[in-house]
Amino acid sequence: MGEGFPILSILVFLPLAGALLIALLPGQRVPWPAAAVRALPGNQQAHAKWIALAVAFATLVIALVLFVLFDRADSGFQFTDTFLWISAQDAGFDVSYAFGVDGLSMPLVLLTGLLTTIAVLISWRIDVRPKEYFAWLLVLETSVLGVFTSLDLIFFFIFWELELLPMFFLISVWGSGRRSYSAMKFVLFTFFGSAFMLVGFLVMGVVAGTFDMREIQESALAGAVLPVPAIFAFIFLAFGIKLPLVPVHTWLPDAHTDAPTAASVMLAGVLLKMGGYGILRLLFTLMPETAAAADVALAILAAVSIIYGAVITVRQTDLKRLVAYSSVSHMGFVLLGVAGLGVVGMSGAAMQLVTHGLITGMLFVVVGMIYDRTHTRQISAMRGLAHYLPLLSTMLVFAGLAGLGLPALAGFVSEVTVFLGAFGRHEPQTAVALVGVLLAAGYVLWALQRSVFGPRDERWRELQDVRAWWEFLPLGALVSLIVLLGVYPSVVLDVFELGVRPIAEGIAVFQPDIVESEALEVARLGRGG
Amino acid sequence: MSAPVSEVVVWLILGLPVASFVLIAALYPVLRRYPAPAGWIAMLAIGGSLGISVWLLMEAIGAAGRPLDFETHELVDVGSLLITIGIRLDGLTAVMTVVVTAVSLLVQVYSTGYMRGDRGYARYFAYMSLFTAAMLGLVLVDNLVVLFAFWELVGLASYLLIGFWFHKPAAAAAAKKAFLVTRAGDLGLLAALIFIWVRAGTLDIATINTEVVGAVELGLLGQTTLTLFAVGLVAGAVGKSAQFPLHIWLPDAMEGPTPVSALIHAATMVVAGVYLLGRFFPVLEASATASDLIAWIGVGTALGAGLVAVVQTDIKRVLAYSTISQIGYMMFALGTGAYAAAFFHLMTHAFFKALLFLGAGSVNHATNTFDMRRMGGLRTVMPVTYLTFVIGALSLSGVIPLAGFWSKDEILIEAWDHQPAIFAIALVASGLTAFYMFRAIVLTFHGSYRGGGQPEPGGHGGDAAHPHESSWSMRGVLVLLAVPAVAAGFLTFGGEFQTWVLGALPHPEEGHFVFDLGVFLASTIVAAAGIGGAVAIYRLRLINVAALRTGMLRPVYRALESKLYMDLLVEDWLVRRFFHGGLVKAMARVDEQGVDRALDGVWHVSFEAGRWGRLVQNGQVQMMAVALVAGGVVVWGAVVLFWA
Repeated sequence: MGEGFPILSILVFLPLAGALLIALLPGQRVPWPAAAVRALPGNQQAHAKWIALAVAFATLVIALVLFVLFDRADSGFQFTDTFLWISAQDAGFDVSYAFGVDGLSMPLVLLTGLLTTIAVLISWRIDVRPKEYFAWLLVLETSVLGVFTSLDLIFFFIFWELELLPMFFLISVWGSGRRSYSAMKFVLFTFFGSAFMLVGFLVMGVVAGTFDMREIQESALAGAVLPVPAIFAFIFLAFGIKLPLVPVHTWLPDAHTDAPTAASVMLAGVLLKMGGYGILRLLFTLMPETAAAADVALAILAAVSIIYGAVITVRQTDLKRLVAYSSVSHMGFVLLGVAGLGVVGMSGAAMQLVTHGLITGMLFVVVGMIYDRTHTRQISAMRGLAHYLPLLSTMLVFAGLAGLGLPALAGFVSEVTVFLGAFGRHEPQTAVALVGVLLAAGYVLWALQRSVFGPRDERWRELQDVRAWWEFLPLGALVSLIVLLGVYPSVVLDVFELGVRPIAEGIAVFQPDIVESEALEVARLGRGG
Repeated sequence: MSAPVSEVVVWLILGLPVASFVLIAALYPVLRRYPAPAGWIAMLAIGGSLGISVWLLMEAIGAAGRPLDFETHELVDVGSLLITIGIRLDGLTAVMTVVVTAVSLLVQVYSTGYMRGDRGYARYFAYMSLFTAAMLGLVLVDNLVVLFAFWELVGLASYLLIGFWFHKPAAAAAAKKAFLVTRAGDLGLLAALIFIWVRAGTLDIATINTEVVGAVELGLLGQTTLTLFAVGLVAGAVGKSAQFPLHIWLPDAMEGPTPVSALIHAATMVVAGVYLLGRFFPVLEASATASDLIAWIGVGTALGAGLVAVVQTDIKRVLAYSTISQIGYMMFALGTGAYAAAFFHLMTHAFFKALLFLGAGSVNHATNTFDMRRMGGLRTVMPVTYLTFVIGALSLSGVIPLAGFWSKDEILIEAWDHQPAIFAIALVASGLTAFYMFRAIVLTFHGSYRGGGQPEPGGHGGDAAHPHESSWSMRGVLVLLAVPAVAAGFLTFGGEFQTWVLGALPHPEEGHFVFDLGVFLASTIVAAAGIGGAVAIYRLRLINVAALRTGMLRPVYRALESKLYMDLLVEDWLVRRFFHGGLVKAMARVDEQGVDRALDGVWHVSFEAGRWGRLVQNGQVQMMAVALVAGGVVVWGAVVLFWA
């Protein structure tokens, strides 16, 4: 990749271009270029989904190439793509168009590419306004990729807000249940947080004279109209809602449950990750002193989320809602790891972003496929699915076991790393959080026992197990990756370490006593090192 | 000392069963229809593992049980966290791999007969391979995190196999219970590994056993640290090895196929806790608190489970409680410092308990039931099963010169030296063992046949009205297992076995044969009394049990039949009433009616104020509302900024 080649701009805007292309496709009754397009096999709807698949896959390939080319010795931003966009030195600030990826964002970009492709595949049978549906899905991808790659606060904010639009439509048009209510709730919660975030950004940018996050220093924020802890709290609110943390989590179960499957996958798989990413990228990088001082409070919030989320999950009777609620608990681990303030904890937290994305993404995929067949999500209405849907049931068991942190699967690695990284600083909080692991086993196994196992039920006799290629592909990819990361986590963990090391070093300036492991001299000798 | 064996060969021990699992899974679409090759694949793989294990045992014996040196590999290296994976091969590991692979192979051969015709035949052998691989990994690795990973994976295999006949609600429930209860203990192990890493900076097992323990002795590290770590290990062991109060999962686990009970829930997986504490024996020794804790838990479990076994009517549950009780022996042996004796008993127990379970399976094939009240008189129609079962029972009861005698006696001798109270309780439990086993033999094999049970869907029985001896593959395995049940104890005479396992400790000593005439007489008299009592009561009917049960001993019976109220306490009170009925319900109410309503209320008020409230359901208006809020945000942000 030559210097100056705008590969990240291409990556980010390719899905948007795809969306535009789909939007320009002729509608059912529009005659003009239709003659040419209609000469192709299939119908108009098919073009929309094929274009979406091609674009999403191309984006995934670019992300994969970047991941492979990524220099694993360089902890700075790579593939950067920058020019000054607004120079308002009279008013005292610059806004630059700047994209770049580092160890923290690179795996998340790849995750986004993967899950979007999967989201397109599992939507293959969408027949309500498919053009718009696939277009929105691609717009969503652009917005999320933009968040993960923007190096400028203004762009970060724009992409952060852009995500609302496709999500709102995806839930309210293609959703189910109380979809309007849920879509609205999602938008309002996010907006509420964004308002505070914008204030925080503006204060920071104006006082620092730039919105480039590579140049903002915490020391420079001292003279701002708001005290630094207030800026921190404002921005944290937005990320906390997104993550989500208790008590601002209530949008999540509604939005997830009523969203179409693909939107749930995107929501759980990548949108929630923007919260955890933001905390590390903006709060802990730009305001390390405040972050270091807030660690105890953050760890308490995390422990509360983990336990509260898990306990509420136990009570859910709707399979999809159960998966949704479990995210509250699992995303609490992200904050717990971050609050550990060291390389191990933060790497674990970042890893949890990816593993949760894959595992919960897979859970939503499988639950969606089950719902497509049984037309119910009530656990009490299912039983003995394994008799007639053996493969799909196996997939549900697999994803469930991954969700409860079974070793050799991805979730175990990130959870253990988080625990190891957090325990040294936050013994009581981490000890409490450990119970979450048991609760997770409780709700997962309870749900499996009632839905998959049990006597044969004649109602499911006619159901078809997984047959289509667009169902096999996502399942196969997710299973492989969950096993790969469980058995050989370094492939991603090492990249994350590269990304969080500078953050941890920044914090260590203010908390020199961070020792994740007391690493006795004798123990070091014993390692044979 | 450098290893005379290539590392790859050692990994093959677990690699072969992994390959078997993967192969069966890959060929599943075919094997579902034509299942026979699945059994062959699994048996070939485990046969190969057994061959390598025996070879390694020879190498380990040659090295007097001292660890052979293997390279370790980096798995995770993040910040100060280093997780490595490598082989720990010493006398203890070698003994464990041989026991696991040998019993596993025999059980799989037996399974080809027992599971014949089952719809899930191929799936069964895939799971069995998975289990064997995980169990072998557990005993082979040198790092605590990796050990924990395999520890959880054997739990997974156990879950899958208990719930193998998932169409039975009881099996599905038992699988879940087993996983959850053991996981409660696993939390202790997880906490222990987190704790020791944070405090001592290492996860390497050998380093913990030597340097970390040494650091505590030198005062570089607090004793409390070591004790907390050891207590965490004990918690993990108590869960996995079904010790009080986490033993409640094991009797329910009998819902799984009987060969599974023999392999996993008697011979191998349930003794993983014993292995864990043995592996960390230097830590246990260095913490008196943890040693006492496990000693008393062990002996209490040995007695309590023995008592409950006496009133069971299901032959597999008798054996299940017997297993809990016998593992209690191994546990208190470790707690009283009898490390070598604990593993000696682990080995002999693996053989005779597997034999007994497989005998119960054979009986089940003939009668379609595990309920001893529906059996009786099988002695004549099933002579092989009967004889081998009696051999197993005699060995378990500790009758000289069978294997169980030597290993149990060694435990008792060391207990007597260490803590006479524990010895006394263990002696009583020993009498109970003989009693419940011969009660089971009388009820099953003597008297007249009481009709058997109904064939059930997924069951394997034939014509229960005319019970018959089982197939050659099943009988043959019974006979093969009877050999070590008789003779495995002779390994103690020159102290060889003890030397092998003691070689795994940092300061190994020579093993030697121990014998104590007083203990021998005491245990033999107690065993004879137990056997005699059972025969007198159940065969000769010198005492009317039914009258006792409704009369004087009614409260005792009731307590024992309710399994000493442990299931009630945990499942009904703790889980159902306190957790589900109390905590979860209350928190859900807070979530739905408190937090959610409050936040909804905020939006509601803002809408009402804007008079958009009634129109909110309309899609167009929603967007206007969004725009409104967005606009407000921008204005507000601008005001905050520029006013200041």
